[in-house]
Amino acid sequence: MATAAAEKKGFMYYFTTVNHKDIGKMYLLSALTFFLLGGALAEAIRLELIQPGMQLFTSSWDIMGKEINVGLTADTFNKMTAMHATFMIFFAIIPAFVGLGNYIVPILIGSPDMAFPRLNNWTFWILPFSALLMVLSFFVPGGAPAAGWTLYPPLTNATYSPGAGVDMWILAVHLAGISSILGAINFIVTILNMRAPGMTLMKMPLFVWSWLVTAWLMLLGTPVLAGAITMLLTDRNFGTSFFNPAGGGDPVLYQHIFWFYSHPAVYIMILPGFGIISEVVSTFSRKKVFGYAPMVWATAAIAVLGLIVWAHHMYTVGMDMVAQTIFMTMTMLIAVPTGVKIFSWLATMWGGSIDFTVAMKFAVGFIALFTLGGLSGIFCAAVPVDYMIHDTYYVVAHIHYVFVAGSFMTIMSGVYYWFPKMTGKMMSEKLGNWHFWTTFVFLNLTFFPMHFMGLMGMPRRIADYNPIYTDLNVASTIGAIGFGVVQIILIYNVFYSLKKGKDAPANPWGGETLEWTVPSPPTEHNFEKIPVVK
Amino acid sequence: MAHHEHDHDFHIPGNSLWSPLSCIGVGLLAFGLIAYLHAASFGMPQLVGTVMMLNGAAITLFGAGKWMYDLVMESRERGFDKKVEVLDIANRYGMLFFIVSEIMFFAAFFAAYFFLRSHAFVWPPENIFTLDIALPTINTLLLLTSGATITIAHHALMDNDMLKAKNYTFLTFTIGFVFLGMQMLEYSHALFDMDSGVYGATFYMLTGFHGFHVLVGSLMLVAVWKRMNNGDFSPQQHFYFEATAWYWHFVDVVWLGLYLTVYLM
Ligand SMILES: [Cu+2]
Repeated sequence: MATAAAEKKGFMYYFTTVNHKDIGKMYLLSALTFFLLGGALAEAIRLELIQPGMQLFTSSWDIMGKEINVGLTADTFNKMTAMHATFMIFFAIIPAFVGLGNYIVPILIGSPDMAFPRLNNWTFWILPFSALLMVLSFFVPGGAPAAGWTLYPPLTNATYSPGAGVDMWILAVHLAGISSILGAINFIVTILNMRAPGMTLMKMPLFVWSWLVTAWLMLLGTPVLAGAITMLLTDRNFGTSFFNPAGGGDPVLYQHIFWFYSHPAVYIMILPGFGIISEVVSTFSRKKVFGYAPMVWATAAIAVLGLIVWAHHMYTVGMDMVAQTIFMTMTMLIAVPTGVKIFSWLATMWGGSIDFTVAMKFAVGFIALFTLGGLSGIFCAAVPVDYMIHDTYYVVAHIHYVFVAGSFMTIMSGVYYWFPKMTGKMMSEKLGNWHFWTTFVFLNLTFFPMHFMGLMGMPRRIADYNPIYTDLNVASTIGAIGFGVVQIILIYNVFYSLKKGKDAPANPWGGETLEWTVPSPPTEHNFEKIPVVK
Repeated sequence: MAHHEHDHDFHIPGNSLWSPLSCIGVGLLAFGLIAYLHAASFGMPQLVGTVMMLNGAAITLFGAGKWMYDLVMESRERGFDKKVEVLDIANRYGMLFFIVSEIMFFAAFFAAYFFLRSHAFVWPPENIFTLDIALPTINTLLLLTSGATITIAHHALMDNDMLKAKNYTFLTFTIGFVFLGMQMLEYSHALFDMDSGVYGATFYMLTGFHGFHVLVGSLMLVAVWKRMNNGDFSPQQHFYFEATAWYWHFVDVVWLGLYLTVYLM
């Protein structure tokens, strides 16, 4: 039943498709779109911060002596920081991992598709409506939310954010959240129920394991986020006072419920990446994963601990000291299973015959830089240190070493690794090398200075700053512009390779997992015969 | 599956319009709610939002209904005389994990309840006249009874006593609707509202979301009953019945939690 490659598929085909590979590709394409949109907002933030005072978000721009009225204010800057994070988290990073998982996981376990193909279609096609709500919030009276992506009340209550923007954000995240929950169910059932004969749980590739654990985090966390933002919605519109002290409510309650989801969300955005790195490192070192079983347990341990550390985002709200100590200790414990992972990757490479393809370069670059992000995380988790760096650029530096050096680089590693499988074309390694090295340099130039800004006390999410931070900000902005520009290499490489790339063989990398046993791209239902795993 | 060209029993359906169509409905529902809530700032009548929401709901229900109809037709095509093991397991896992997500949603509201209550000086707050315990006690007995009747229906179904199964299913959703009526009655007696501080907020959100789940569960039971009348299900194969029964028990347990904490404690 293989579909002819030449056959042109129109919009209605993709609108109604239930095939996991089509859906995976649609996820990846929409994630790319929102990487660019979220990236554009980040560039605007960095351009504003290139000098103290206001440059971009002013009432008028002076372009070659001509005054052009743009009517922007520092409030627009606040919208940028809120919406940059929102787009990147809900519409770029998570969908990118869901896309890779959707395409690759069923093949890795020897299955013809996901467990609930029509539900899979639903979880993708609800996202455009969610994204549309989010994007259109810029254009309603009052505009998009300007209170950070965390949407803390009282800044987001009906008094301080009366416009439709916050409500649009809430409903958009509700839609994306339902998509996450149903998608998580689909992943769990697929992995538990559709493995080929002989594919026992402890034989599953680590990317599959990481998705099984991630899906559980999504299933347990997302409904709680839905609860928090539902309360915010009713507080704003229907007179409840969950977060309103006048009625006996408490804004701190919002933070507790919000972070119960949003801390695990960090693992939702990094565990699948860990899985990718294990696949890539093993394939290009020509060795089996070192310490497979401990890796499985480490993944599970990170998830379990991740569910009980949320209040490390809230040390400064005036929590009980004992509670703070417990949350600090639990958070620092996460370094243990994470360390297990780092050492497993290193030990897998040790003595291997390493092939430094672009995918492998991104993997090794990730291991180095993510370690930095992990270490700065330990500083953030320490209560006394956090009192000093809370809401400074140090936290911004930390989370970007996790999301850019972490999530982004692992996604890139996965894209360069599986692109031949998904498209039937090889990507240009030459362009890929340029992409990797420039990304690596500019990433550090952008985010490394932020550690110092933070330690010097520069507060985040503010459009203006004390001139003592100028040099560091100039460096960071130059890095950000460079980082943005060199992503053109990636986009060019993708479209160039799709057209002109060499045809990919079934197994271009010498991989030993099941996806390399089928043609590139695989046929409609992946396997002519369901494989038997020995 | 009807045509056996594969070496597996998984059901891989063809393209479907009904799933993305219901996405359009849900999207319209969300946009409609925004238009309704912020009609004034958009400078248009609230009616626009109301119409959008109604259309959104209609499209969602139409899409979802057609989708469910496809599922029923496929299960009839497979027949009820034997169970396809892998499909049955997938469905069971799916429903079980869906209920897990529902538990977490209620957990958020219970957590809010306990947090706010433990931070209050007095509970119930001074200006609140709490409700009489009689109605909720009757409602508790009603839901406990319905838990028993759905179990009797299940046993009847396993014994192939279809008439008894049908009647007890009928009885179960009737109790569900009576429960909802009683809940309405209670709301109409209440001297506090959603905006009466945290007591009103937690009370109405918890009991309101629970009531909505009773409504959904009752409608699912109506669908079960209709399918029984159409001769669906057998002692070996009645997943949809079981899923609904699980859901019903879940709604039951949530109520017990509500009764103990919100009303009794
Ligand atoms: Cu955290």
